[in-house]
Amino acid sequence: MSNILVFAEHFHGKFPKTTLVALTAGKEAAAKMGGECHAALLGKGMDALANELAEYGVKKVYVADDGSLEHYVADAYAVALSQIAKDKGTDVVIGTATAVGKDLLPRVAVRLDAGMASDITGINDDGTVLRLLYAGNAVATVKFESANKVISVRATAFDAAKKGGKGEVEKVAVSLDSGALKTKFLKFDETKSDRPVLTEARIVISGGRGLKNGENFTTVLEPLVDAMGAAMGASRAAVDAGFVPNDLQVGQTGKVVAPELYIAVGISGAIQHLAGMKDSKVIVAINKDAEAPIFQVADYGLVADLFKAVPEMKEEVEKLKH
Amino acid sequence: MKLLVAVKRVPDPNATIKVKPDGSGIITDNLKYVVNPFDEIAIEEALRVKEKVSGTEVVLVAIGAKVCQEQLRTGLAMGADRAILVLAEQEMDSVGVARILQKLVENEKPDLIILGKQAIDDDANQAGQMLAELLGWPQGTFASKVELAGDQKSLTVIREVDGGLETLSFPLPGIITADLRLNEPRYASLPGIMKARKKELKEIPVADLGVDVTPKLKILALAPPSKREAGKVVESVQELVNLLHTEAKVI
Repeated sequence: MSNILVFAEHFHGKFPKTTLVALTAGKEAAAKMGGECHAALLGKGMDALANELAEYGVKKVYVADDGSLEHYVADAYAVALSQIAKDKGTDVVIGTATAVGKDLLPRVAVRLDAGMASDITGINDDGTVLRLLYAGNAVATVKFESANKVISVRATAFDAAKKGGKGEVEKVAVSLDSGALKTKFLKFDETKSDRPVLTEARIVISGGRGLKNGENFTTVLEPLVDAMGAAMGASRAAVDAGFVPNDLQVGQTGKVVAPELYIAVGISGAIQHLAGMKDSKVIVAINKDAEAPIFQVADYGLVADLFKAVPEMKEEVEKLKH
Repeated sequence: MKLLVAVKRVPDPNATIKVKPDGSGIITDNLKYVVNPFDEIAIEEALRVKEKVSGTEVVLVAIGAKVCQEQLRTGLAMGADRAILVLAEQEMDSVGVARILQKLVENEKPDLIILGKQAIDDDANQAGQMLAELLGWPQGTFASKVELAGDQKSLTVIREVDGGLETLSFPLPGIITADLRLNEPRYASLPGIMKARKKELKEIPVADLGVDVTPKLKILALAPPSKREAGKVVESVQELVNLLHTEAKVI
């Protein structure tokens, strides 16, 4: 029996949007490739989450609830997830191309002797999948030549699953040989922020090298970001220059976002950056160089000095609120 | 210590890639090729270990056609000690690449393998993790900082993950995949380039390794992406905010 198993990542006792997206892709895959859509939940103290997951229209939720799975580490999770996949007759394992998904799923593919398609943007009716190559300059139609398949999906390419139906929750015991697990989780330093998560925000405002330094991200860009209730992003050039941390990077090798409104400030628009934001609904570019390539994808372009335009925009946005 | 670094030949990231009209591939005329940028970071990290730990050898590996020599020479000019080119003309997926590297690891027995986190041509982000699983080794992917223990028997890795920084440790042998901020790669110096010409670059036909590299994925066709059209140029911030509010209705 060929079934689909969705790896349900969780964070702070919740399913982020990126997980709900994988559930949608899982259900779509089940409809097109055959079989039922199941989900796998790994961690410690998973009862409440397991019940919640079962409400998202999956037939079965397999829960590996074990102290050794409290913190994610690739080797332990790869053993547990592939064991569930094997024991439960899974042909296709699907997750999202998050930091965890990217780290984990290739190991699972090896354990299942599966081919793996990363960061897919669509599933065709014939079971082939779409993914982007060359910084989004080519769309490839990819066919699996292996019986088992592992897929990571691009979070912006599928909608978030909605609740509906009640699946069955089944606890599974995983046998982790602690001697074979070599990786030790030491700590997670969370970036504390009241702002929305970059990959989930309705509005994203990103800064580029035009901001000149890290301090200007704080003093110039952030007031506008907060006035608009937006998430803050950055170009690779700004990250490379050390202005802001890498987890703000939007682009081919950073995060892919598709908000309702994307505002690129002082970003020239290299293809690597466009690959991470060009599916945004509305794109605004503010740049003093009228020739900057970012204007070729912008719905609204403003040729201006950002150090004047950004504070002014904050004032205008605040006027709208009154 | 012995360090193995995987190097991939990729199109220049600044080149604009176009799909052939028949969808069979990309137009490669006049295309410049470089070392995958994340692999340059991987080479740099290995060289920094070599500078700290005396007696360290840095071995580069590339898989592909004979022209991959160019990228290996670049890495040798940066300071790596020797290079291996696995000659293969056929299409390969990440599992195939990982299997070849696994075979080389059995022969070379490195303490640490460093790879770029992803190649900027196919963006698969798989080979390092797959190699780790094939070898049963621990991995620290997307590393932004690597600290080798004083006895060189284990590593601490800081990883840039969603929402913060994660710190892991594991005993060697192990695998690191390099993210953007791990380091700033050096340029090859002129003396380095001269020296690189004399360094060993061994070629091994892939068939000699006896590894199954039959792809599990097949690209059926390529198509150009849908194009986004440029919109309007506004004259002022007031006009911009007004249009976002009344026309686009996003604020």
